[in-house]
Amino acid sequence: MNAVTPLDGAKADGVDNIVSRFAVPAIRCAGCISKIENGLAGEQNILSARVNFSTKQVAVSHLPSLREDTIKHKIEQLGFDAQILADNPLAEEKGGTDKLIRALAVAGFGMMNIMLLSVSVWSGAMGTTRDLFHWISALIAIPVIGYSGRPFFSSAFMALRYGRTNMDVPITIGIILATGLSLFETMTSGAHAYFESVVMLIFFLLAGRVLDGMMRDRAREGISALLKQTAPGAMVLDEDGKTRWVASKELRADMRMMVAAGDNLAADGVIEKGASNFDFALMTGESEPQHKMSGDLVLAGTLNLTAPVTVRITAAGEDTSLSDIARLMDEAGQQRSFYVRVADKAARYYAPAVHSLALLAFVYWMLAGVGWHQSLLISVAVLIITCPCALGLAVPAAQVVASGALLRKGVMIKDGSALERLAEADRVLFDKTGTLTLGRPVPLNLDHLSIPQKQVALALAQASSHPVSKGIRNALLAGDITPANLDAVEEVPGEGMSASWDDIRVALGKPVKVADHLSCQLTIGDEHFAIELQDDIRPDAVSAIDRLNRLGLPGTIISGDNAASVAKISRAVGLTAQASASPQDKLHLISKLSASGHKVLMVGDGLNDGPALAAAHVSIAPGSASDVGQQAADAVFTSDSFLPVALAVQTAQRTMQIVRQNFVLAIGYNILAVPLALTGMVTPLIAAIAMSLSSLIVVGNALRLNGAAK
Amino acid sequence: MSGLAILIPVALLMGLSGLAFFFWAMRNGQFEDLDGAAQRVLIDDEAQAAAAQDDDKMDKNHDKA
Repeated sequence: MNAVTPLDGAKADGVDNIVSRFAVPAIRCAGCISKIENGLAGEQNILSARVNFSTKQVAVSHLPSLREDTIKHKIEQLGFDAQILADNPLAEEKGGTDKLIRALAVAGFGMMNIMLLSVSVWSGAMGTTRDLFHWISALIAIPVIGYSGRPFFSSAFMALRYGRTNMDVPITIGIILATGLSLFETMTSGAHAYFESVVMLIFFLLAGRVLDGMMRDRAREGISALLKQTAPGAMVLDEDGKTRWVASKELRADMRMMVAAGDNLAADGVIEKGASNFDFALMTGESEPQHKMSGDLVLAGTLNLTAPVTVRITAAGEDTSLSDIARLMDEAGQQRSFYVRVADKAARYYAPAVHSLALLAFVYWMLAGVGWHQSLLISVAVLIITCPCALGLAVPAAQVVASGALLRKGVMIKDGSALERLAEADRVLFDKTGTLTLGRPVPLNLDHLSIPQKQVALALAQASSHPVSKGIRNALLAGDITPANLDAVEEVPGEGMSASWDDIRVALGKPVKVADHLSCQLTIGDEHFAIELQDDIRPDAVSAIDRLNRLGLPGTIISGDNAASVAKISRAVGLTAQASASPQDKLHLISKLSASGHKVLMVGDGLNDGPALAAAHVSIAPGSASDVGQQAADAVFTSDSFLPVALAVQTAQRTMQIVRQNFVLAIGYNILAVPLALTGMVTPLIAAIAMSLSSLIVVGNALRLNGAAK
Repeated sequence: MSGLAILIPVALLMGLSGLAFFFWAMRNGQFEDLDGAAQRVLIDDEAQAAAAQDDDKMDKNHDKA
């Protein structure tokens, strides 16, 4: 009803329109949806706009002539901050869950219909009716098993090809044997066919996989909405002086790009014209801007703060230093791919045990002389009854409930293995700037200034996008100050802001680092005032660190900042600290701790933490972290408060506790059911009841995690 | 007994059509934005004509959210 229709339906189909995506985190109500959709649909060259409220994204279908940054501008004019979303680097497996859901739907359809027929058989259908029902069951079951069983078959095949076993190997063997035997029973008018057990097994196991996949997708979508994106492209200056927009991946060395103040650099290069301050936070994690002028090297991903510059590109795309660091992180993260998920670890012992048990049963009954048919029937019953339903469903069910509970507290866990590793961590390392602190300088002594002085300071700070200016501006705006009227406001790169106020020269000098905090000078005429700024510690940091300690994770600060600043924070939160640490130092400390048997949790944000985040056993980054930090981390928390870090660890530990309980429940159920199967007393009816009952108990137990993140 | 010849195909057909409908819904993106569907109910169609008035109301909504 309120879907936005294309301006001209026929045209929309005829022209090659492009769909661009934008992250708009500020979408919070129905009003925002209609404001954006109606606002954009009215524009020329835009065919349609569709808001996705769940992912806070806008998909805009437009003509190729319209550039992405123009649309971004239009969304901003509507009053929403927007980020251009390039191809999302985290979404590579997006189709995986959809495939699983389809398989689950087919298995559900098959299960219900076969169960309908099986119930009639169990309640006493005899002779031809029973045979007919078995045949119909077979006709439904075989295509369903073929379609829905594929995820297990292919995974088991892969594992066997590399000479390993995983959970899917016993499942696949069980499915194939049970189907084959049921088919044989059907053909020879046997009394029992196990089709419903097989399809039910597939259904429950798929339900576990779907839960696992949905949890991963949800977290990834949340994180991709936070990614700040290195610039999607740049304005390139051609030989003839014309400018055109070139996407990042088409930038080449020796092109000249014009970078406006407030833009991210899309490639590495050397400044040809102009001078400006650059925010290297993505590289160093420190928000203090660096002054660069003609001839200096600037790097992709850094933010041009103050003045427009022309940059001759020296390296683009894969060759930038940003990509180098990404590669370094890939290598550091390699060892993590050797991590074995808890369910597979259990399957390693479980599968051989179950297989030998079934084999033993077969051999025993053969020796007892009941004939190969009866013996095979019994060993298949053993396989079906022991099939690792609880392993397949219990682990993801517990993890998905836990990650849902954490999501409500603002923590996004990327996948189930992250929760498992988080529960194992026994040491924690914190970065300082942006992690333990908010990464935003806040002025301390503004109360000394008179109202007119504050107004001048606000007017000066407003005109700059320097982090210190932003801090001063936010503090003054919060105090209901209105800016003074200034003339000739000018930002001198590397020096600060200056202007004239009723013919008095006023200036806001560049910040200077004084031992443990920043200080900048406000000049009005001949008077000078020092504004002291401090990067505040995150709220709840002390209590969170205390909680982590009680959970068995003693912490240490490791920071690239100078000793005085680090000492101040470490005193405030009561932790030991190592200052002036390079990214290599952090990496070194982690490998030293790992070598001595510790499992390290790394909490950090900057690009300089990237390798450490990737190398640590498990890592958490704040939502304000650089893209690189968020992609390297296993979990991202979005709040200002530091408490979510402790909550994540606590919930992970609780989850593993529940998972262990579920294992005990599953094994307990097997201890009861396996003797029945071994003695040949398990009919398909008993198998079906036992399977659904054990699955329900295990899922019910997992649901207790709902309130775990407190 | 002869009733089965009709009832079983009918049951299967109904199940299959449900399955087909679910597949269509998935391909069609019906499950892409579940929270958005809940919000879109609140959008007034007529309000688009009186956009200025509407903006005011929406800002209030915004504050509440």
